[in-house]
Formats: sequence, C-alpha cells, structure tokens
Amino acid sequence: MSRVRLIWRKSLNAFMLSLTGVAAFFVVSILFLILGCLIYKGASSLNWDFFTKLPAPVGEARGGMANAIVGSLKLLFLAALFGLPAGLIAGAYLAEFGGRTFSFIVRYTTDLLNGVPSIIMGVFVWALIVAPMKGFSTLAGGVALGIMVIPITVRSTEEFLRSVPGSLREGAMALGASKWRTIATVVLPAAKGGIITGMLLALARVAGETAPLLFTAFGNQFWSPGWKQPIASLPVMIFEYALSAYEDWHRQAWAAGLVLLGLVLLANVGTRLALSRGRAARGV
Amino acid sequence: MGSDASAVERAPSPWAARSLLRRLATGDEVAHLVTLIFAASIIVITSLLVYQLWITSAPSRTEFGWKFWITRTWDPVFEHFGALPFIYGTILTSAIALIIALPLGLAAAVFLAELAPRKLSDTTAFLIDLLAAVPSVIYGLLGIFLVVPLMRTVIGPAIQRAFGFLPIFSGPNFGVGFLTAGIVLAIMVVPFIISVSREVLLTVPRDQREAALALGATRWESTWKVVVPWARTGIMGSVFLALARAVGETMAVTMVIGNSPRVAASLFAPGYTIAAVLANEFNEAFGTIYRSSLIELGLVLFLITFILNGLARLLILAAERGGGHAS
Repeated sequence: MSRVRLIWRKSLNAFMLSLTGVAAFFVVSILFLILGCLIYKGASSLNWDFFTKLPAPVGEARGGMANAIVGSLKLLFLAALFGLPAGLIAGAYLAEFGGRTFSFIVRYTTDLLNGVPSIIMGVFVWALIVAPMKGFSTLAGGVALGIMVIPITVRSTEEFLRSVPGSLREGAMALGASKWRTIATVVLPAAKGGIITGMLLALARVAGETAPLLFTAFGNQFWSPGWKQPIASLPVMIFEYALSAYEDWHRQAWAAGLVLLGLVLLANVGTRLALSRGRAARGV
Repeated sequence: MGSDASAVERAPSPWAARSLLRRLATGDEVAHLVTLIFAASIIVITSLLVYQLWITSAPSRTEFGWKFWITRTWDPVFEHFGALPFIYGTILTSAIALIIALPLGLAAAVFLAELAPRKLSDTTAFLIDLLAAVPSVIYGLLGIFLVVPLMRTVIGPAIQRAFGFLPIFSGPNFGVGFLTAGIVLAIMVVPFIISVSREVLLTVPRDQREAALALGATRWESTWKVVVPWARTGIMGSVFLALARAVGETMAVTMVIGNSPRVAASLFAPGYTIAAVLANEFNEAFGTIYRSSLIELGLVLFLITFILNGLARLLILAAERGGGHAS
C-alpha cells in the first residue's frame, strides 16, 4: 500500500515539475512567436517608401508612414521634455531630501499614477487641454505621454540614487561641499548610467502607447507642422490600418508593427545589457 | 516655514550635522524646496486627474444616478445610457484572463525560482520582461490576424464539440468575443505574474525547503505545500497587479472583443469593455450626456484600477517586509 503511494508521489512529482518547465517554455515561446510573426508578415512590406512617403489614398500602392515616424519622434521629444526633468527632480527628492511620511505618500501616489490605465490618461488630457483649446494637438499628445513618463522616471531615479554609497556623500561633505553641490557634482554623476537607462526605458514604454493618443494627438494622413495640429504616430497608425478593410493597409500595419516592436525591443535589450555590464564592472 | 519640523524628521540622516543657517546660506534649503515642489506635483497631477474626471462626468451622474450601473441599454440616439454591458464585459474578460494566466504564470515562476539553474532562470526572466515591454497595439495586431482566425476555425469549434451543451460555450462563434479577448489579455498579464512571483519565491528561506525535504517530501511537495504557501502574500500581490492591468487594457481588447454592448452568457459572443468603448466612441460622442456618460465609465475604471493597484502594492510591500509571511 505505502509502496503504491510512494510511486504515486514520485510520479506526481515528476509530472508536476515537468509541467512547470512546459509552462515557462510556453510563455517564452510566445515572445518568439510574436517576433517571428511580425518579421514574417512585416519584413516583406518594409521598403524605402515606408520610411520616406506619406500614406497613399486607398487603392493606391506604394504609400509610406514617414509622417507617423516623424510624429512619433515629435511626441516622444515632448514627452521627454515634460516628463524626464520632473521625474528626475522628484526622484532626487525621494532619495536625498525626503522625510518619512510625505515620501511614503509621494511614492505610493507615483505607483498609483503609474498604474492608471493609459486610456484614462487620454480622457484626462482631453479634458485638460484638448477641450479648452478646442482641438487635437501634438502638444496634448506630448503632455499625455509626458505624464506617463514621470512615475517611471521617479522610481528608477530614486532607486539608482539610493544605490550610490553613503561614503561618497560623506566624502564630499567632509571637503566642505554643500548638500546640493554634493548631489549635483558627486551623487548624480555616480548614478548617471542607471538614471539614463531608466529614462530610456520610460521613453521606450510610452513610444508604444496608443490609447492616450487617440483623444489627444488624434492622427493625421499628412505632415503636421508646428505643435498645434493633430499628428500621426506609429501606434495609432497600426491600430487604424489593422482595423481597416484593405489588404494593402494590413500589410502596412504589419510593417509598422515590426518597426515599432524592433525599436522598443532594441531599446530594452540595449539598456538592460548596458546596465548589467555596468553593474558587473562596479562589482555590485 | 516648517523647516524645523523637517529637520527633526531627517535627524538620522548624515546631513543633519549642518546647521539651518549654513544650509540656507549654501542654497540647500532652496534645493530642498525645489525638489519638494516637483515631488508634490505628482500628487497634484493625480488629484487633478480625479477632479477632472469627477466634474466632467457630472451631467451623466445627475441624469442617471445610481441606475446607470444596472441599466443594460446603451443608446446614443435617444441618449439613454447604462453601464452594465461594459462592466460585465470588463469583469468577464479579466476573469478569463486570470483563470488562464494564474496557473500558467505561477507554474512558470515555480520553475524559474525552484528548478532552473540561476543562469537559465535569469535569461528566461529577462525574455519574459521583454514580453511585458511589447506594446499593446502589437498584441492587438496579432490578436486580429492570428488569434481571431484560430478561434473561429480551430479552438472555438473544438471547444464547442466537447462542451457545446454548456450555455457558456453555446451560440454562434465569430472568432471575436469575450473568450478571445480573455486569451489575449492572459498572454499580456502573464509576465507580471511571473516576474513578481519569481522574486517573491526567491526570497523564501532555504531552510524552509530543506526542512520539508528532510521530512521526506518530494521536490514538488516541498514546493507546493511549503514554499508557495510561504510566498502567498506576494503572489496575491502579483495577481492584483495583473488584474489591474487586465481591467485597464485598451487597445488589444478593443481589436478582438467584437465591440457590441450586450450582456451575453456565451463566451463566444461579442461584447464590450469600459476601456474599449472609451477608445471607440469618445471621439464621436457629441452631446454632453453621451460624452459625460463615457467619462463616468472612465471614472469607475480609474477607481477600480486605483483600488486593485493599491492592494497589490500593499501586499507586495508586506511580502517584502515580512519575508512573505505577513498574513
């Protein structure tokens, strides 16, 4: 009887453990499935026209998404402008100046802001900027993305500033530097690599956001000069083209998806590798 | 100015040795104030967000009151709006996503934390983090062109052949619908469950495992009956985090759920979620009541994710502090 039970327990052990391996393998293979599928479907539609031409009217072949690529870059520029300095300074407060209670509240609010669904961010910025200005604009899209950049930057900045050893601060202060000089000339440079990595990851994350742009930057089939017109962006283009009824637009959507995913993954892999190498070099 | 109070608060820090006068003269108090303003701006932005959603949804709240939440009609022509189909769709798709993602994610996390050698585990965790970085519109793209046809021709018919007698699997299968949206959502949230659960499982003390093994437990028994229960607070945290993400996910769901405001029992029926209806109808919603009804939906979505995220943070915090044994 107990022998049967032992065999049962051992085979259950082997079965369940191999099941966990299958689960892990399955999840990782999804990543490669996504990559493979995009390369298979997108690479064939990717040509020079895609990067240099405006979208063609329906039925006309050889259109491109040059305006959406430039649009995404413009939106990211605004997002960086609004989000990165604010995130950096607030992160510095949490790591260097903050007390206990207020810092806890700020940190908690930051996490909650980070978790706000991106579509809600779109509604918020619509009410804040688009409705009063009576029109979609690049500016509104940049603000929506910028707000999303802030919480990610705050948390990564705080983390990397905290990882700077206290002895560096004490050394600078022993030489007579004031606190803010210590932070600006010793602590920040020491944490520079990590902070920049965090910023790049934040930008990579909002680069793929679609929902906050629907009611703010909207979209545009043409070039968008200045900052007060609606503007096209890669994610919104993918959304519109994928839902359209035209075969040619579907192919363009795949190509745009490949470009977007390529950029996002490249930014992620590059920064993470640089980060782990930096960590290894410092012996952390 | 309250700087006395903050000086007391910062007492244990190495900065405290400086006198207040000296700090003022060197600009330290100015730097403190400037960074404080930026930190406080995060609270201001979040409060402004809640305030904006609250006042712009006012017309709908006064017009429909609490009835909004139990009304099934969504009629832009006669301006009669009810939230029930969207709440139903949001809950149903998130539930499907969790039912699939929790066992899958927990199993993968157990493998990475308990069985895989450290190097393999780290590499795999890295790849899974990349999966979390894939933009949601890309998931939607694959959803439309890969999952929907697969659902219509292979998975759907197979399920209906086996379980078609159950009401939740009956009815016509269009490929788009609650089940498809749930499956796509499951794939999107599984990385969150894995990475948080793995971290928590790795913090479980070694002697817990060794004690169980010494008592004659198999590897699986020690994992399932000792390690996982020890880490359950953190795992719960990861589940709430995944749930918050699933509830608020917009693009991928919008592209595969079928966009039809109905309360249907069948998982194959097309439906709608709060986020999806916002994405589709907000720009075309002319008329105050229509628009503010949509914003009221947004307000509720915000509150749901606010609560779920808050719970998740608290649980993960408790798991980190108490070594996973806080409950």
